[in-house]
Amino acid sequence: MSLQFVVDGLLTGSMIGLGAIGVTLTYSILRFSNFAHGDFMAWGTYATLAVVSAIGATVGKVAPIAPLSFGWPLIVALVIGMAFTALLALLLDKVLFSRLRSQGQAIIVVMASFGASMALRSLLEFTFTSRPTYFSRAIQIAMPVGFGIRITPDQIALLLLTAVLVLGVHLLMTRTQTGRSMQALSQNAALARIVGIDVASVVRVTWVIGGALACVAGVMIGILVQIRPFMGFDMLLPMFAAAILGGIGSIPGAVLGGLIIGLAEAGAVQLIGAEWRAAVSFILLMAVLFVRPIGLFGVRER
Amino acid sequence: MDLLGYGAFFLTTALIFSLVTLGLNLQWGLTGLFNVGLAGFVAIGAYTSALLTTPDDAARLGGFGLPILVGWAGAMVVGGIAAALTGMATLRLKSDYLAITTFGVAVVVQLVALNAQKLTGGPFGIGFIPRPFGSLAETPLLFNLSNLAVVSVVTLIAYLALEHLSRSPWGRVLKALREDERAAISLGKSARFYRVQAFAVGGAIMALAGALQAHFTGFIAPDNYLPILTFQVWVMLIVGGSGSNLGAVIGSILVWAIWAGSGTLTSILFPPEQQARAAALQIAAIGVMLCVILLIRPNGLFGDRPRRSWLGKRAKVATAKSISPS
Repeated sequence: MSLQFVVDGLLTGSMIGLGAIGVTLTYSILRFSNFAHGDFMAWGTYATLAVVSAIGATVGKVAPIAPLSFGWPLIVALVIGMAFTALLALLLDKVLFSRLRSQGQAIIVVMASFGASMALRSLLEFTFTSRPTYFSRAIQIAMPVGFGIRITPDQIALLLLTAVLVLGVHLLMTRTQTGRSMQALSQNAALARIVGIDVASVVRVTWVIGGALACVAGVMIGILVQIRPFMGFDMLLPMFAAAILGGIGSIPGAVLGGLIIGLAEAGAVQLIGAEWRAAVSFILLMAVLFVRPIGLFGVRER
Repeated sequence: MDLLGYGAFFLTTALIFSLVTLGLNLQWGLTGLFNVGLAGFVAIGAYTSALLTTPDDAARLGGFGLPILVGWAGAMVVGGIAAALTGMATLRLKSDYLAITTFGVAVVVQLVALNAQKLTGGPFGIGFIPRPFGSLAETPLLFNLSNLAVVSVVTLIAYLALEHLSRSPWGRVLKALREDERAAISLGKSARFYRVQAFAVGGAIMALAGALQAHFTGFIAPDNYLPILTFQVWVMLIVGGSGSNLGAVIGSILVWAIWAGSGTLTSILFPPEQQARAAALQIAAIGVMLCVILLIRPNGLFGDRPRRSWLGKRAKVATAKSISPS
């Protein structure tokens, strides 16, 4: 079997990992599994696409940056899309999740997120139809890099972007006051309140990080695969599996879990066939739940 | 006459939904187990029964040509086992893990239905599923009415059995676990054991509903068991009020009426090329409806779930009232 699956796996893993960071943060800080997270991805991607087309319509055609398939409009649009997705997450929290959270039944919030996910996805289908679209239809030539592996400039750029973002979030979580507040809240919410941590602002930061990263993951899928209303929903199971595999609440764990699942999926595609790809995350998820339910870097609930 | 026939057809579908909702009510309403993959269990039942009862087919495994009742029993057994396994894997963990796992079960069942051609017929599904009273198909009205009778009887039996179960000591343990796990455990009840049982019985009922539907339409395909089915049933349970079996049945009929009615309305109002978009809007509207009900009336029409946190006192009074007459 060719080693190409390593590159494919790392790329899929980056998308899953970036999404799983949001899932794991929501779970550990707000204490519910957010089934609408995949749809944040899709909304962010469509928002980015809309901004790209708007820029294209006002400035005219922009040449892509040297070897990449996209130019500065996509980069600008991505930043706007990230802000949009973060706002969307904040809005949904304000009108729905925060009200249900204050009623104290965690699982009701999960169900509401399931309903919200259905509504968000169907709205996308209504606005943009279910036909797939693309950021660019140009075909990139993959460069051979040895060991039978080929990689395109886009793929290298996106892998680097993922590394930078993950490092950034990790530093934010471990080196800043905000990050330490987030960790405190996830470890012991009552104590965190007693020492005067502003819970509302921590919750806001959680949604902003989760939403913005979901948008980046979605745009990655958009650049490398395609854009569909269901793109986020299909990522949901791999993202949950990655978050649990890495250990709930752990950022490095979520990313590592994503990479493991991405590599396993890419390997399975080569060995068994692409149609069984989605089963890989389920099998890994079940294995983790049976063998080590707290995940790789998880801490036992106290 | 046409109207009567359509009424029977509508009610048959609604009652099959009721059966799924009753299964979900046992899992969620009574026991507090969150199942977002119920479409998977319905599909398991439908495919099991179809495999057992269809005539022999060279293109895939089986067709064993067994009687329909054997198919239904088989569906319940396989559905129950699948649910029990899911429960055993996750019920010692936090409730969210069960939700994620059931979600995964539905994804995997969908994959198997689509890709395991030898077992499930792949995307083309399974046809020629024997229908009870198939000989009456010449006269649609009689056929529809006899189907309705069969489905009504099955639903009624399930309803009475579940009512009995929820009042039995077994049902009281489940309620106790839902309301205060620690107190129930301190009385020597194994939380995990009871929950796995409830989850398995609920899964078996869902599978039976899937089998009924398969034999009612005579044809099944993977598209029948998409996440939208899970979503519909959840809305039915929440509208009816989780915890109440009567609410589950009435909620199902009501929501199916809204669903079918708005479907008919969009097909009249929108030109054919806009149908898919209109259908998407319909789903979005129902999704919003679910969220609104959760926000303003989380107990649904007939719900019995006391809300403890911010209605502490009132909930206690309500519980006291509900205990005293019985």
